[in-house]
Amino acid sequence: MTEPAEFSAACPIPQSDYGQILLAHGGGGRLMHQLIEQTIVPAFRNPVLDVRHDSAVLDVGGARLAFTTDSYVVRPLFFPGGDIGTLAVNGTVNDLAMSGAKPLYLSASFVLEEGLRFETLQRILASMRRAADAAGVQIVTGDTKVVDRGKGDGIFITTAGVGRIEHTLAITPTSVRPGDAILLSGDVGRHGMAIMAVREGLDFETTIESDCAPLAGLVADLISAGIAVHCLRDLTRGGLASALIEIAEAAKVHVHIREAAVSVGEEVRGACEILGFDPLYVANEGRFVCFAPEADVQRALHILQTHPLGKDASIIGSVTQTAPGLVTLESQIGATRIVDMLSGEQLPRIC
Amino acid sequence: MKFVDEYRDAEVAHGYARAIARQVTRPWTIMEICGGQTHTIVKYGVDALLPTSLTLVHGPGCPVCVTPIELIDKAIEIASRPDVIFCSFGDMLRVPGTADDLLTVKARGGDVRIVYAPLDTLRIAKEHPDKQVVFFAVGFETTAPANAMAVAQAKREVLTNFSMLVSHVLVPPAMEAILSSPRNRVQGFLAAGHVCAVMGYQEYEPIATRYRVPIVVTGFEPLDVLQGIAMCIAQLESGRTEVENQYARSVRREGNRPAQQLMTEVFRVVPRKWRGVGEIPQSGLGLREAYAVFDAERRFGPAPSGRDIASECQSGLVLQGVMKPHQCPAFATRCTPERPLGAPMVSSEGACAAYYRYRRMQPAGAPVAERQP
Repeated sequence: MTEPAEFSAACPIPQSDYGQILLAHGGGGRLMHQLIEQTIVPAFRNPVLDVRHDSAVLDVGGARLAFTTDSYVVRPLFFPGGDIGTLAVNGTVNDLAMSGAKPLYLSASFVLEEGLRFETLQRILASMRRAADAAGVQIVTGDTKVVDRGKGDGIFITTAGVGRIEHTLAITPTSVRPGDAILLSGDVGRHGMAIMAVREGLDFETTIESDCAPLAGLVADLISAGIAVHCLRDLTRGGLASALIEIAEAAKVHVHIREAAVSVGEEVRGACEILGFDPLYVANEGRFVCFAPEADVQRALHILQTHPLGKDASIIGSVTQTAPGLVTLESQIGATRIVDMLSGEQLPRIC
Repeated sequence: MKFVDEYRDAEVAHGYARAIARQVTRPWTIMEICGGQTHTIVKYGVDALLPTSLTLVHGPGCPVCVTPIELIDKAIEIASRPDVIFCSFGDMLRVPGTADDLLTVKARGGDVRIVYAPLDTLRIAKEHPDKQVVFFAVGFETTAPANAMAVAQAKREVLTNFSMLVSHVLVPPAMEAILSSPRNRVQGFLAAGHVCAVMGYQEYEPIATRYRVPIVVTGFEPLDVLQGIAMCIAQLESGRTEVENQYARSVRREGNRPAQQLMTEVFRVVPRKWRGVGEIPQSGLGLREAYAVFDAERRFGPAPSGRDIASECQSGLVLQGVMKPHQCPAFATRCTPERPLGAPMVSSEGACAAYYRYRRMQPAGAPVAERQP
């Protein structure tokens, strides 16, 4: 028989502040949120920035413009369903679309690493052109810089975009109201797991393809049909869960979703099970959530489902006043729990 | 998804919950050993379906949580060396040592890599003959066979640049430590299904008898956990104290013999310090003398001896089931996943992180929207 162990109530693990940027600061979770809110925003504070939406909405000579920018760093550069070029165009198009704007013009800046093959660059440029044509935007200005070998991952791309806002809706998180229903435009987790599978050399029986796609057309269909859209948010890093939490916190409302209503493809579910990931936190590049009044929601669902990019759309939940700032979820077995933001990226579990 | 959805069926889950409620005649306290089970319970809200007289406490079965700080510090020291590629399972990277964590080492330029299987580390060692490649071997009996296999293969291939920082722990001695404590409240156990898939459950039979405690080997899906609880309650209500196997689709009484042989070949049983609990005799695994050349503590020097820095973290009480995570005064205020005071707030399997993520309470202690839609 073993002796009773010396039980000590004290845990010997203190935690120091991070005095430097960690990869987790880019993971779409709480650390990234803190970096933006506590370090970056205070440096630039102004009324347009303080709205904190995917794009800034500007009044310019009577016209309403949406303006946004995004940088793209992805390894590998090419993955099933897309590449860094398609991401760089669609990501910025989607940020514009999330304010209900019609995307018009993009800029493209390239940081190229010494040694990048021309053939690789040309492939990327060709897919940018194709993506721009598909989204109905033109790339009208740009820049190139070259850095020493080892100082970049082949190529980094930054795009900025402007779009015209032709509606009179206020599409922002603060427009979300109790009584709104929440629509999700399709299945979640494809992009993150597609990248993960290639990057980590995980061989699954089927290839998971990224969902990377331009969403402006889908959004335009909703708005032109007169759906009283309150908020739109594309699901990128941090996944569905982080997007809903950001909106619940900004709008000071309670968001409740049903896990069973969130569509997740079989391959993505399988890969997530193996790695111990929750698909609700996995990145997407062609999915968004739409908050709209309950009265409009069936019509909105129909509009989404008739578009090829929204055929798997579903109503995943609703907005109440029960617990402002919180997101809760009815689990598969019918119990309710809180959905919280992750600290950084999900890390594969030990066992 | 086949073979998964069957174990997450809402109707069947509620059926089990009703059956448990019918059986329970008085308060019972059951401990689930494994962090994976803790996660299932909070992620799916299994405990929300149970009668309030039934208390689930979360056991010490999270390898990340019980790894002592000295070893984390040693890992950080080794990983900081310019000649080292340090490989680890993902969730060890965020566990803080005395001053840093492995993520910080990586940010400072250390070559710290996440691997999915210990054999991947051997491939890295072969690809980088000019580097020392070190694997952080943590975990219970579940991960031990694969880690043993990596060491055995390294020996066969005479890999000179591979070593392992070993912090393996064993379940049965920890259960005995909990049961022997004067503060013990645990009346029944859900044993960890994956540990038993390797080890079988013969070694639990003397524990059930000696401490008069029912032990049910249990799986990890919501219905597994509910069925395990139902079986445990049935024993408690009828006064039986046996080892039963809920997880029969994966676990045999004798376990996985080839895996056990491999473990025995490479590892020997050693005393091991558990973070938050202290040293438990015969509770860990270390490399046998024949494999000692692969011991990172021999190659890079031993981990510093124990230190007990005063902290308000009460993870020791949490890991023994004396206290629930949200009853800790630092919970969700001074201790969060971004600023953890203890490892259980760090790992995805840690009890405190699980509570924080899925069942956070307001600092005042009032539940926030815990069960209503």
